Amino acid sequence: MTIQQGQVDVKQEDNSQYLNKASAMEMETYDQSGRQPVLLGFLIAVIWLLIGTVLGDLSSFKFDHPDLLSGQAYLTFGRIRPAHLNAMVYGWASTAMFSVSLWLMPRLCRTRLRWGRVASCGILVWTAGLIVGLVLLLQGYSDGLEWLELDRMWADPLLVVGAAMVGASVWRTLAARNVHHLYVSVWYVAASYPWFLIIFLAGNLPFYRGVESAAVNWFYAHNALGLWLTAVNLALIYYLLPKIIGRPIYSYWLSLVGFWALALFYALNGMHHLIGGPIPSWMIATSITASIMMVIPVIAVGINQHMTVVGRFGAMRYSPALTLAVIAAMSYTAVSLQGIMTALVSVNRITHFTHWTIAHSHLGLYMFVTLSLFGGMYYILPRVLKREWPSRRLIRLHILLTGGGMALYIIALGIGGVLQGLSLLTPGTGFEASVASTKPWLMLRSISAVIISVGHLAFIYHSYLLAFSRKHSTTQLPPFIEFKPVLVKERKS
Amino acid sequence: MLMGALATVIFALVILVILPSSLLSHVEAPPQLKRPSQQELLGRQIYISNGCIYCHTQQVRDAEITADVSSGLGNRASVPADYVYDAPNLLGTMRTGPDLFNVGVRLPDSNWHLLHLYQPRALVPWSIMPAFPFLFEHKPKAEKGDKVLKVPAAYAPKQGVVVITPEAAALVAYLTSLRHDYPIPDSPAFKESQP
Ligand code: HEM
Ligand code: HEM
Repeated sequence: MTIQQGQVDVKQEDNSQYLNKASAMEMETYDQSGRQPVLLGFLIAVIWLLIGTVLGDLSSFKFDHPDLLSGQAYLTFGRIRPAHLNAMVYGWASTAMFSVSLWLMPRLCRTRLRWGRVASCGILVWTAGLIVGLVLLLQGYSDGLEWLELDRMWADPLLVVGAAMVGASVWRTLAARNVHHLYVSVWYVAASYPWFLIIFLAGNLPFYRGVESAAVNWFYAHNALGLWLTAVNLALIYYLLPKIIGRPIYSYWLSLVGFWALALFYALNGMHHLIGGPIPSWMIATSITASIMMVIPVIAVGINQHMTVVGRFGAMRYSPALTLAVIAAMSYTAVSLQGIMTALVSVNRITHFTHWTIAHSHLGLYMFVTLSLFGGMYYILPRVLKREWPSRRLIRLHILLTGGGMALYIIALGIGGVLQGLSLLTPGTGFEASVASTKPWLMLRSISAVIISVGHLAFIYHSYLLAFSRKHSTTQLPPFIEFKPVLVKERKS
Repeated sequence: MLMGALATVIFALVILVILPSSLLSHVEAPPQLKRPSQQELLGRQIYISNGCIYCHTQQVRDAEITADVSSGLGNRASVPADYVYDAPNLLGTMRTGPDLFNVGVRLPDSNWHLLHLYQPRALVPWSIMPAFPFLFEHKPKAEKGDKVLKVPAAYAPKQGVVVITPEAAALVAYLTSLRHDYPIPDSPAFKESQP
């Protein structure tokens, strides 16, 4: 394969033009054009984060104390646990991703946001659908499929309409663009809306039965992760890293490879959730193969983002948004490599059905998706509100508690999951051994749940101060300035 | 670019959804697999409403790569034909609790299940399964027609009796109906699923 070096260079120049040459005033116009839906989305997202945190904590505590709050049906583990997933995935992450998309598109297309009101209404319709769905779920009305629990009569139509309205605004803005070259973030964001609508509709059709219903279930759930949550967050990271560091993305060509390989291979991954299960083996083999092929986009994105930042990790001291974007980018590589490993039969036979999967889930949905969205909010909110975050202490507290707490969560369940899996693989030990082997690790997870929750409260309080307190910012120094850079050599001049 | 992006997903949709659904639509129920009764279907609905799936699977994996068969979850791996009456599927992804594909074979006693749902730790001290007291009714005295659950003193309410609701009875009927110990059904999709 011969890549013409010259071509790549030209593209990189394009890129840099694009990232650097718009004047501050021009950027401000774009940011303000989406002010209403962007702020609305973030506001709603933060409320869902709070609700999802309470549900997650309660789910976790119930492992240690199974008789905790078991008297009422709506508080039983089997209802609040899916409520946690739905509140976090469709409430927190997706709503924040609407705002991120609506903020990115005008900047990258160099035009005002179009149909901003449609997008705002879309966010409200989506939220209404989610509220209806969650109330029904807690009442005991569930469609019965993991990730697709929300009621297909009353909740899902609202979600579809809501996402389509936000998507319409994204696409209308794209159509009105004033640029010739489309930066890779635009690709991800623009593609993710039609992707989401297709998979969500396909997943919710009511006429699948038997193992086919399982195949469709995991086709949907896996693509919700890859073509929706991952796509928009990679777009955000691809924007933030070069923008904050002030140099163009390392390779235009690699970002193309990353995009197309993701689209092609991720979509075929779904059946790796059913390894060893009762579905035709060619389907599972297809998904395992596609999972292994995921090495291509993952490494492409990893190298591209790493090479963009390399040598300037020290800049993380100045920007919490960069700190979070870098951790999120590294976590994307980590969770994907873990996932590829988990899709191998030799590993999956141990870890399938265990808390290893939950560790993987949170490495992906927290360390990658949630931290990337936190980073996005640290960067976007001051620009839209034209006010600085008031407290560097709170930023530092938030990042250290959530990052540290979740690291503990993942390590604890990673170890607990493997022990549980090995115990399940040993015939004759009885089921008791597998329960006993996880207990201490589940307890540790509950401790980390408390730490993370305190971090969330700090963030929510800080967002409240930023949005509603009239006091002017007292921040003079960035939050991590005392941290000595460890990844860059001090240059003595 | 949009066309390309859509094409990849539609391609995957065809391979993983449309193609299998046409291949699997021929799978027929084995003669020994009973069509679920009205009560068992209600019980299945209670299983879904209360999220049993988040801790229990209903699948026995390939004996070559796992200990599912040797640790007694079934006498063979499960196959597509075992699931023809299942909509939606309840295969599950977690074994926080044990697999239930053959729970009706391992634990056929309805009274055991009722007490276990009321308070798992009354029967299995180390269990971390939640109790489901809301599937039962506390009454000062049993009325005519009430089915009363016998609860060991340590877990019984101080006064009155514990009455079994139709929901609890249906859930237990569903659980005890989960028996898939008949010989391997001989269907094309089954041969297909063999390595
Ligand atoms: C306060 C922080 C959090 C805590 C304490 C927490 C706790 C939990 C618990 C206890 C479970 C159930 C595990 C099981 O069934 O064994 C769970 C599942 C899950 N959580 Fe969280 N969580 C947190 C944050 C998040 C966030 C921010 C997201 C997404 C953006 C998320 C997404 C999920 C998902 C997708 C599952 C299902 C995992 C699977 O089926 O494999 N969680 N979480
Ligand atoms: C190349 C990339 C990836 C591969 C090959 C992969 C592979 C897997 C596999 C094999 C499982 C099933 C585990 C089991 O049930 O035994 C799984 C579950 C999961 N993965 Fe990944 N993964 C990848 C990336 C990601 C990313 C980027 C995220 C998050 C954004 C993610 C989130 C999840 C979640 C939430 C589950 C649990 C689903 C559930 O059971 O509810 N994965 N992954």
